[in-house]
Amino acid sequence: MPKDILVVDNLNMHYETLEGSVMAVNNVTFSVKEGESFGLVGESGCGKSSVASTLLQLQSDNAVISSGSIKLGDQELVGMSESDLRKVRWNDISIVFQGAMNAWNPVIKIGEQIREAIREHHPANSKKENTEKISELFTIVGLDDSIMERYPHELSGGMKQRAVIALALSCDPKIVIADEPTTALDVVIQDQILKEIKKVQELLGLSLIYISHDIAVIAEMTDNMAVMYAGSIVEMGPTSSIFSNPKHAYTRLLLESTPSVVGEKKKLRALDGEPPSLINGLDGCAFSPRCPDPSDECKNGKVDMKLIEIESGHWADQCCVNCG
Amino acid sequence: MENVIEVNNLVKTFDVSKGFFSRNKDLVKAVDGISFSIPKGESLGLVGQSGCGKTTTARALCLLDPKTSGDVKFYNPEADEMQNLDDLSDDQVRQFRRNTQMIFQDPYESLNPRWTIKDIILEPLNIHNIGSLENRTEAVIEILKTVGLTPPENYLPRYPHELSGGQRQRVSIARSLIMNPKFVICDEPTSMLDVSIRISIMDLMLDLAKDLQVSYLYITHDLAVARYMCNRIAVMFNGKIVEIAKTEDLLGNPIHPYTKRLISSIPVPDPKYTRTKYEIDFTELDEIIANNKDNLPMVDIGNEHYVATHDVKDQLI
Repeated sequence: MPKDILVVDNLNMHYETLEGSVMAVNNVTFSVKEGESFGLVGESGCGKSSVASTLLQLQSDNAVISSGSIKLGDQELVGMSESDLRKVRWNDISIVFQGAMNAWNPVIKIGEQIREAIREHHPANSKKENTEKISELFTIVGLDDSIMERYPHELSGGMKQRAVIALALSCDPKIVIADEPTTALDVVIQDQILKEIKKVQELLGLSLIYISHDIAVIAEMTDNMAVMYAGSIVEMGPTSSIFSNPKHAYTRLLLESTPSVVGEKKKLRALDGEPPSLINGLDGCAFSPRCPDPSDECKNGKVDMKLIEIESGHWADQCCVNCG
Repeated sequence: MENVIEVNNLVKTFDVSKGFFSRNKDLVKAVDGISFSIPKGESLGLVGQSGCGKTTTARALCLLDPKTSGDVKFYNPEADEMQNLDDLSDDQVRQFRRNTQMIFQDPYESLNPRWTIKDIILEPLNIHNIGSLENRTEAVIEILKTVGLTPPENYLPRYPHELSGGQRQRVSIARSLIMNPKFVICDEPTSMLDVSIRISIMDLMLDLAKDLQVSYLYITHDLAVARYMCNRIAVMFNGKIVEIAKTEDLLGNPIHPYTKRLISSIPVPDPKYTRTKYEIDFTELDEIIANNKDNLPMVDIGNEHYVATHDVKDQLI
């Protein structure tokens, strides 16, 4: 039985803004095992990327973690000092950012930027050792060694994204967060990058947290997944179980609104309305205004959001299990 | 069946010569001799990777960029006949523009931020001088209802930044449909929108196509979206159409290696489904297509399913 490598427990995070507190992450609890690939899916503004940034403690200055813990192995990341965090980041946990185009410094060669990251964590290494390490990583992600001597503008989007993956792997982390790594890319390039990520994950035995708005990508990439809505996880469990037997009304709608190229051509269901404003938090069920068939308790806001275990390992928010 | 548009051997090249005095002209053939037609009331999906010439085709068809060569005929309902774009009088060009509209990809960029929604939708009516001033406002209210922005009075005085992405794209649709066009070119109209909003915009466009008898040329890189929206799909690669067929035929029985590659790269929202991976050597395919200097016609393999054969028919099929 592989053991948990990352445990997030009851995490609450909000952003202080002039209009009030934006409750971006509410009571989020999940864990990732060694070698597991965990998906986080939801529409824009549901808090996926906020969770990602808190996992590395890279949240913006106006973000406040009001409670909860993030345990990486046996280290507690919430409240850790900046100097200790610098040792954890990249050595233990690293991230592949969303826009490959913007993740690179345009005036420094790709190789030098990756060397810089390795140098920061392993100052004793010689330049030759580092170059060998990068060459090894480039082979894994399918890049030629000559890319090291190139500037970011000389590379295509797909090559930049491959190089970002190599950068994330440069200090042999145990867990990598991929935050929409293929969103800005073309379908064919996306396919290649997904394959690459999968290959790397299996080759190095990494744990992966894959964040995407595209439920089809999550279906292909992950073993377990969580569906986020308005800052909370509304359903969580094995990917196959969620797809074959979605419990929450939001998950069902999300699945029924995704077109596919295989199988019968189905009439898709539209998800009407917009996600609620998270300013100053929500009472009761966040999904009830958009729920196609909310129960009376749900409409009146009497049910609090709380995950209950429906089958072994398959959790869903208690409120909307019977709606829709 | 009558067509709304017939495109024959459309070519669009861009001059990329370096330097003012250079003798040799370097040309990029962005669209390299494509032909298709769209019957009335039907929609054609134009699918391919970024940079394959989809948007260039759209812009050339709308007269936004002049085409290099080729014939484009369109159905002019005001004269009830097919007319060639090359020999239109000024009046006929205006008629063409009334009947052919475009919906752009990015609703954040394609609406003037300093105009109210009313001004934005009213502009085409003013330009083409249709109806009296009062009637125009009524027409705007009517079209806002049609695209589902209700109550319309609430939207008239608003500015684009006050609306969400989905609402803005509805305004774009209203703006293009207010001229009552028969042919609308949609350039990735839903790719900037969130998953949840995407389907409602796609459903709206499908309903409008049925109610108003509009044909779409629907440009997208996502075959799953094209499948939902279109009767037929044309697959484009490096400026050429390599395969064109009815949607289900194309997806169920792809012939061209590039079509196979494209279909096999679309993620499927079902963890139990394993995609058949299909790899091709793009440089090899590039060469094969570039070597087709005689511009061999596409081969009909039955049921209006056309495939480009290039020179090496046996190799590809």
